[in-house]
Amino acid sequence: MKKFLTAILFAPLLALAAGPELHLDRAPDKANDKAALQNGAKIFVNYCLNCHSASYMRYNRLSDIGLNEAQIKDNLLFTADKVGEPMMIAMQRADAKVWFGAAPPDLSVIARARASEFGSGADWLYTYLRTFYRDDSRPSGWNNVVFENVGMPHVLWDLQGDQIMGEDHKLKLAKPGKLKPQEYDAMVGDLVAYLKYMGEPVAEFRKQLGVIVLIFLAVIFVFAYALKREYWKDIH
Amino acid sequence: MSKVNAILQGTLNWVDERFPLTANWKAHLSEYYAPKNFNFWYFFGSLAMLVLVIQIVTGIFLTMHFKPDASLNASGVPVAFASVEYIMRDVPWGWLIRYMHSTGASAFFLVVYMHMFRGMLYGSYRKPRELIWIFGIIIFLALMAEAFFGYLLPWGQMSFWGAQVIVNLFSAIPLIGPDLSIWLRGDYVVGDATLNRFFAFHVVAVPMVLLGLVAAHIIALHEVGSNNPDGIEIKKKKDANGIPLDGIPFHPYYSVKDIVGVVVFLMVFSIVVFFMPEGGGYFLEYNNFFPADPLVTPPHIAPVWYFTPYYSLLRAVTYPLLGIDAKFWGVIAMGAGTLIFAFLPWLDRSPVKSIRYRGPLTKWLLSIWVVGFFILGFLGTKAPSYAFFGVIPGAPVAQILSVYYFLFFLTMPIWSSLDRCKPEPDRVTMK
Repeated sequence: MKKFLTAILFAPLLALAAGPELHLDRAPDKANDKAALQNGAKIFVNYCLNCHSASYMRYNRLSDIGLNEAQIKDNLLFTADKVGEPMMIAMQRADAKVWFGAAPPDLSVIARARASEFGSGADWLYTYLRTFYRDDSRPSGWNNVVFENVGMPHVLWDLQGDQIMGEDHKLKLAKPGKLKPQEYDAMVGDLVAYLKYMGEPVAEFRKQLGVIVLIFLAVIFVFAYALKREYWKDIH
Repeated sequence: MSKVNAILQGTLNWVDERFPLTANWKAHLSEYYAPKNFNFWYFFGSLAMLVLVIQIVTGIFLTMHFKPDASLNASGVPVAFASVEYIMRDVPWGWLIRYMHSTGASAFFLVVYMHMFRGMLYGSYRKPRELIWIFGIIIFLALMAEAFFGYLLPWGQMSFWGAQVIVNLFSAIPLIGPDLSIWLRGDYVVGDATLNRFFAFHVVAVPMVLLGLVAAHIIALHEVGSNNPDGIEIKKKKDANGIPLDGIPFHPYYSVKDIVGVVVFLMVFSIVVFFMPEGGGYFLEYNNFFPADPLVTPPHIAPVWYFTPYYSLLRAVTYPLLGIDAKFWGVIAMGAGTLIFAFLPWLDRSPVKSIRYRGPLTKWLLSIWVVGFFILGFLGTKAPSYAFFGVIPGAPVAQILSVYYFLFFLTMPIWSSLDRCKPEPDRVTMK
């Protein structure tokens, strides 16, 4: 009886697997790859940080991914004077709205916001940045598979080249870019790893600290349990 | 040493002549006799108090840095939303305080749901504990209000649209509805006025009510004494000194036992805080990392998991009655779904209190009710068009389970008295 009741109690969990699908490619995990994160930061600052701000992210926070202040100042500090400043942009939001139809969103936490039941935010971004294709019906000349009728043009087009949507609803590379497809995927992987890091810079430290906290609690548990046993040995 | 003791004793006497310190210590801890057979389910009362303290302390520190301001900053981000990210990045240990508070919200409901279910299992609401139970239900309602007000504060998309949906529900009330919803929001849409008043309710008004109710809950409990898994009164069998034979002093026995419970709870809590603070999108909804945008309605608005069973009750009502909008009756169903617990002391007519001595009828009906509650909760996280495995439509399932939810309570006077119960033991059992 008890087993049967437990079984029907958890039956609803089986249904979690159902629902319409949005297919996302899995982003490579580069959370601990400092070189990839630094490359991602470079791509972000060069390609994204002209239209998109990252207004919660201070430049000197990049010390998390192994960069010192001099390196940040010399290589990445384009939109601010001091390393303690956040990643802001010069473009006015009102202008941006006229130019693109919508002001480009702040990207500080985009990797967290884009998570869904179909995959992590990194998966979404990794797929999004690799599925732009030529579409002359759009004002920018570009469309996207996971973000239909997106306002953003394909900023990385000279690296990836031109993709077109085939009759079979599959993307084809019509005109190659500067990078080979594998190189482009690896570069997007680095960029997405950086965006994921920027979404929660403390994430890696948080997990490291969590291990210590759990070990500490496990030790406390031993003493707490022994204390309880000692007090309760006469209670029957 | 004896000199130190004499000074300490003297100080204690000085206090006791002016404030009943020792008397209270005895009445509530060292000479409060609790049944010796408490099991797993009896950890959740003290854990609820622990979570309350966590929420208050972390909340105080969050208040020092959070800004309830819906205006946009230079980057076009609402100040309230940006101040949460400021806490996450620039305030020392701010991320830990914030995650403890956000995880604490879900932990609070988890612990309170377990605590309430314990009451249902062992008939803890039965005479003479009706008032403890009613105070508890009011705590539950206050907690829901607290969570609802608090959820608006990060000013993300789900915060904004969740509040919009819930406040709009009040507009379905005949005659006064539209004006009432404007009065609640302080504006025609959820806006800065709403954010500021919800902040005031969340950090001052509701916590004060909660603390008062928790005190009343415990005073009432210590007046009548705790129930136990056998559902029998330990005060019926006392020794020569008037101490219950099956009672043990809360301190030190249950204080040391509850420390074990606290440590285990903190381990589970830490796993969430440090390794999965988003709780798979159930504790921190992904869409809430987009700042509130009144011009963009999210494709799917779902409340946080702890509200979803009641959200399902709300959505289950789709027929207008007496010429009044179905939405109004949905609100009534949702409200009744929470308030109906308060009537349990009078709905339950069973000769025994505990599930241990109840018959198969009670066990089956309660089990189905629990499963139904889970399924209602699950469906509440989904769009109304959701179908199990893509074939079994969720909406009618939710309607059937909603009817069962209420029938379970409303027919309880009949089935609880009909059930074949087993005889209760004289003394508590240690299993």
